[in-house]
Amino acid sequence: MAADDPPPPEHPVKRPPLPEKAPGSGLLIEDLQVSYGPVQALRGVSLQAPEGSVVAVLGSNGAGKSTLLRAVSGTLRFHRGAVTGGGVAYAGDRLTGLNAAEIVARGVTQVPEGRRVFGRMTVAENLRAGALGVRGRKAAAAAREHVMELFPVLAERAGQRAGLLSGGEQQMLAIGRALMARPRVLLLDEPTLGLAPLMAARIAETVRRINAEGTTVLLVEQNAAMALSLASHAYVLEVGEVVMSGPAGELAASDEVRRRYLGESDEELPPQDGGSPSRPVLTRWPA
Amino acid sequence: MTTFAELLLNGISMGAVYALIALGFVIIFKASEVVNFAHASLLLAGGFITAKLHGSIGFWPALAAGIAGAAAVGCLVEFLVIRRSKAADHSVLAIATIGVDIVLATEIARHIGTDVLAMGDPWGDQVVRLGPVSISEARLAALLVAFVLIATFLLAFKHTGWGVAMRAAAEDGETAALMGVRLSRVSMSAWAVAGALAAVAALFLAVFPTPGLDKTTGMVALKAFPAAILGGLDSTTGALVGGLLIGVTEALMSGYQGDLSFLGRGIGDVAPFLVMLLVLLIRPAGLFGTRELTRV
Repeated sequence: MAADDPPPPEHPVKRPPLPEKAPGSGLLIEDLQVSYGPVQALRGVSLQAPEGSVVAVLGSNGAGKSTLLRAVSGTLRFHRGAVTGGGVAYAGDRLTGLNAAEIVARGVTQVPEGRRVFGRMTVAENLRAGALGVRGRKAAAAAREHVMELFPVLAERAGQRAGLLSGGEQQMLAIGRALMARPRVLLLDEPTLGLAPLMAARIAETVRRINAEGTTVLLVEQNAAMALSLASHAYVLEVGEVVMSGPAGELAASDEVRRRYLGESDEELPPQDGGSPSRPVLTRWPA
Repeated sequence: MTTFAELLLNGISMGAVYALIALGFVIIFKASEVVNFAHASLLLAGGFITAKLHGSIGFWPALAAGIAGAAAVGCLVEFLVIRRSKAADHSVLAIATIGVDIVLATEIARHIGTDVLAMGDPWGDQVVRLGPVSISEARLAALLVAFVLIATFLLAFKHTGWGVAMRAAAEDGETAALMGVRLSRVSMSAWAVAGALAAVAALFLAVFPTPGLDKTTGMVALKAFPAAILGGLDSTTGALVGGLLIGVTEALMSGYQGDLSFLGRGIGDVAPFLVMLLVLLIRPAGLFGTRELTRV
């Protein structure tokens, strides 16, 4: 942190505050515990994504980010996982216990990690598959038009096999396919993984636009810089627990996040005199 | 030459019927990743219902009832066995279908006893002459009906929402679920369609020149098993090609078995399995398959 930056008013809280909003607005995750057999992957995670916000979840590999999204989208059973405590609710409806299709029908759709487009189907068929969870041809046609406008390249490649698209195009297709369900909450799992910086920036821009059109976004990312620039609020997960949360700007300015997720090493930091007591001195990379 | 053409035509006709059965295998495998060894008894159930009912309600309604009945049995197996199973390993489910097959086949065989049931079909033993080549009406009907059914199925598979859901679920079940596809519904519809196709196949396996439906008719479905395997168990195209290949091989081997006497009698019955072995040695995933059968 540069010396002349005003220090954040307070160090971001170590524990998330109790949700202050009334249940019923936005996506609410409360004290969520998930286990894969004997292995506990989430140990009481609470998180809130108010209607219309972009919320980022940061963390390294194995922190439980994907597990969190699986719990929201109802796909834990594909990985032999189960919610063992707490739960997820959207707009007052409890999502925990519903199957994936029912969750899509309630307006919550996930873009899976690694894109997972249907490689043997054409781009157009992939988009059609995305609309399978919603009823009505008109709604599907409107959604299709919207997706084509967001990603004109998908219209050009409509008849091509999705497996032949480039990584960036596949990511666009994966996002477009999810938008076909007209979600009110979009869950994104590592959308920039393995993409060139330019393409990652384009994806980020698209996410910003989707959000501006009124869709709530819960973004899981290892690319913390990109995630924090998009999000209004962020949570840091570590070994299945939220270790930090706060407004994205504050987190981006915090030493710990900078050091651990933004790739700045201690050596680059100017020496700090004493260090305020509220700022714990950390040994590097505690495993 | 005439003999050859006749054998070929008969072989294609039988092959089309095998293809109907193999197609059922394939869509069940695609939708629920289960190799369905109970297919023979689905077929027997459909044929049995048709044979029992045609006397009282007429042939066509009886056929419709047989198709609906076999589809219902398929749904029931999916609902009561496949869906209930907590087995993670799909080979366990495949073995469970062997159990289902034994139960179903035994029950139906008990009702059939030693009878040979007529199907009440309108074709009888008439023969159609196409120039020098003659073929029984029943075989010709089998060819046409199978062709229409397969074409309808493939078009639906390609163009309807059901087909898209089916293919999406087959390619990546978890992602399909994320798109709102109800996997249990897809799986059940696959079993229903497979049952319906098997019932039609049962009809054509039991009409002329076969004397009728008896308790071993289901065993014929076993010949469609190599058809599905050699085509590739996850490929609809493979099921068609495999079915035709088996049908033609069998017809030619049986037709010329006088010249092939050094191979012994009954080579026609063994031929399908020999072809399957040959193909699998060269292409382990089948002719059109993308997955080796690690799940079996």
